[in-house]
Amino acid sequence: MDHIGSGKEWDLDRKQGGLFILQPYYSPYNPSMGYKGTADAIFQNINILRRGNEDYVMIGSGDHIFKTDLGEVFRYHLETGSDITVLTSSNIDNYNFGNVSLLKCKEGRVIEWIEREGPVEDLGGSNCVALGVYFMNKFLLRELLYSTVPNGENELVKGVIIPNLTSLNVREYRYNGYWRDIKQSKSCYYRTNLDILNPEIRRELFYEHGRVFTKLKDLPPPKITGTAFISNSVIADGCVVGGRLEDSVLFRDTRVLAGATVKGSVLLEGCIVEEGAYVENVILDKYCTVRSGKSFIGEQSDPTVIEKHGVI
Amino acid sequence: MAKKVVALILAGGQGTRLGILTDEIAKPAVPFGGKYRIIDFALSNCVNSGIYTVGVLTQYRPHVLSKHIGIGRPWDLDRKDGGVVILPPYVAQDDSNWYKGTANAVYQNIDYIDAYNPEIVVVLSGDHIYSMDYNEMIDYHLSKGADGTVACMRVPLSEAHRFGMMVTDFENRIVDFQEKPEKPRSDLASLGIYVFNWSFLKERLIEDEQTPESSNDFGKNILPETVDRDLGKLFAFVFEGYWRDVGTLQALWESNIELTRPIPPLNLHDPTWRFYTQTEEYLPAYVGRSSRVRNSLINEGAEIYGRVDSSVIFQGVQIGEGSVVRNSVIMTNTRIGKGVLIDKAIVGENSVINDDCVLGYGEEVPHETHPGIYDSGLVVVGYDAVISAGIKIGKNCAIANHVREGDFSGDVPGGKTIAAKE
Repeated sequence: MDHIGSGKEWDLDRKQGGLFILQPYYSPYNPSMGYKGTADAIFQNINILRRGNEDYVMIGSGDHIFKTDLGEVFRYHLETGSDITVLTSSNIDNYNFGNVSLLKCKEGRVIEWIEREGPVEDLGGSNCVALGVYFMNKFLLRELLYSTVPNGENELVKGVIIPNLTSLNVREYRYNGYWRDIKQSKSCYYRTNLDILNPEIRRELFYEHGRVFTKLKDLPPPKITGTAFISNSVIADGCVVGGRLEDSVLFRDTRVLAGATVKGSVLLEGCIVEEGAYVENVILDKYCTVRSGKSFIGEQSDPTVIEKHGVI
Repeated sequence: MAKKVVALILAGGQGTRLGILTDEIAKPAVPFGGKYRIIDFALSNCVNSGIYTVGVLTQYRPHVLSKHIGIGRPWDLDRKDGGVVILPPYVAQDDSNWYKGTANAVYQNIDYIDAYNPEIVVVLSGDHIYSMDYNEMIDYHLSKGADGTVACMRVPLSEAHRFGMMVTDFENRIVDFQEKPEKPRSDLASLGIYVFNWSFLKERLIEDEQTPESSNDFGKNILPETVDRDLGKLFAFVFEGYWRDVGTLQALWESNIELTRPIPPLNLHDPTWRFYTQTEEYLPAYVGRSSRVRNSLINEGAEIYGRVDSSVIFQGVQIGEGSVVRNSVIMTNTRIGKGVLIDKAIVGENSVINDDCVLGYGEEVPHETHPGIYDSGLVVVGYDAVISAGIKIGKNCAIANHVREGDFSGDVPGGKTIAAKE
């Protein structure tokens, strides 16, 4: 909530519409405080589907890293007249799913939807997987929720979409770009960060389909001192690099002091790697300090994580 | 009890000595330090000093400046009470007109200031890079019971001929002025930062306006008149922090390069004294495998594959493989191709320097038409200029804004200007 604030960094502080933060709240009807599932989460906030004069709803996830023009998906949704449009992909090679939705489609229409435990090696008899982005008519969603959630169905896919697959026109919109679910594991979070070092992924995520906005902190430009050696790394504002930095991602306001080495690591905001320290294949959460002369090495497949404000 | 303070930033200057860099924008809008523009420093000093009512007086080419300041959001100056207001010259029923001088500019905005009914007015220049808590100066002003206070810096006597010098008595009261003196009687140079009691200043401004022979300037008229005719008490406030006038290409270049040195005198990292600016959002800077970056500021959105040494690289700058950038200032979104050599240059925003160009070769020869502007061996490339592949450009050259490949007929020897045909 500190990060999103009023939404002004995304131009979402508006008189018309804008950003709403919705959270579970206590009421006599819902004494349990909490969302029991994805459908229940929307159902508890159904008021947002009642106010405003918008006709359509997009449902997505905050855990996914991908970049596309959702306007095009929406246009497709309108042009095909489908009841639900779901973003799908046939390119599962690098995707990492907890639960995976395998879809069988016929001429764009989804005719079979199977939920399975991930990961998946191949698509089997299906055509594609769902990527967790849905467009639908607001009134349809309201009706679907009213007819399912009060009966104990709390999951949007399992309890709402799948049972109505035959009665509704559910269509797929194919996306084959970069897509990652970063909440799966720390190694996934780590790899996704290091993916930014790949020029093609960087281009796709940051230059195509508009800019990526974030909360600004007004930090000065990154400074590279005379003792630094930097190779294949991303450096955010406020950083000062005087040491050796290879294949790493530095978040804002991080210091790599003279004689320190950082390799294959992700250093979050405000970290300090002191003189002569050595860090390889690790994730340092915000405001960590690695003291002078200490070394700290993780596995590439299983990076070590230091929690916030940690000192080594 | 806090006094009510209004700050006025004089930002109408053309800055002719910055050559092509101020052909299309006012001097306070010239980019500085990797992501800032010059006026950000005065604006940030104001908000960091707790002054939230700021008028910015514009005149020369104000578009980039006005767009940059906008409603003042990056400086927390989008306020219900006060905030930042752009004050351009305007036409009124009698004879309001272009700002004739610094004092006339403030005179024309007496109504704006009166609306806030301040006790103290701080008059600043939008042309300087500095870090200053105006409260210290205001406290000094109040403790001296002054009508006006002028911020000064001690300079070597050999440099005094470049400044307006303040001659003071034993308690720092100003007793005489010397404008760019040959024989200085003091080492206190005015920084163009003034604190006035508003009632006093208003009276002086109105009187000055009625003097036809006056050039309506603070340094030349208002302050000397006050002292000569003993109209009020003026004091000199000796400032010992960081202050730079970036009015010349050499000074602009030096102040930028100074930031790349270990522990520079201007601390951009001070969390209690942040400098704010309006920027576009980019991804973090990327430094590639084939690159070698040292002693430099790089910036968001920069993609560096070449060598960079002692340079300030602005946002979104691309530097191709095999290129070398030394002792240079490369401004926002400029693209530098492969195999380019740049030594001691200032390159403006959105320019393109194609493969195998050389900027800054050969001997230093004086510029053919403006030897006083394009000196110190710098190559200056303007905004939105395109330099065709393989072109060599000598020292003290100026490549104007919007130059296209067709404007080059071969290598450019030192001391030349290439202008755009259109």
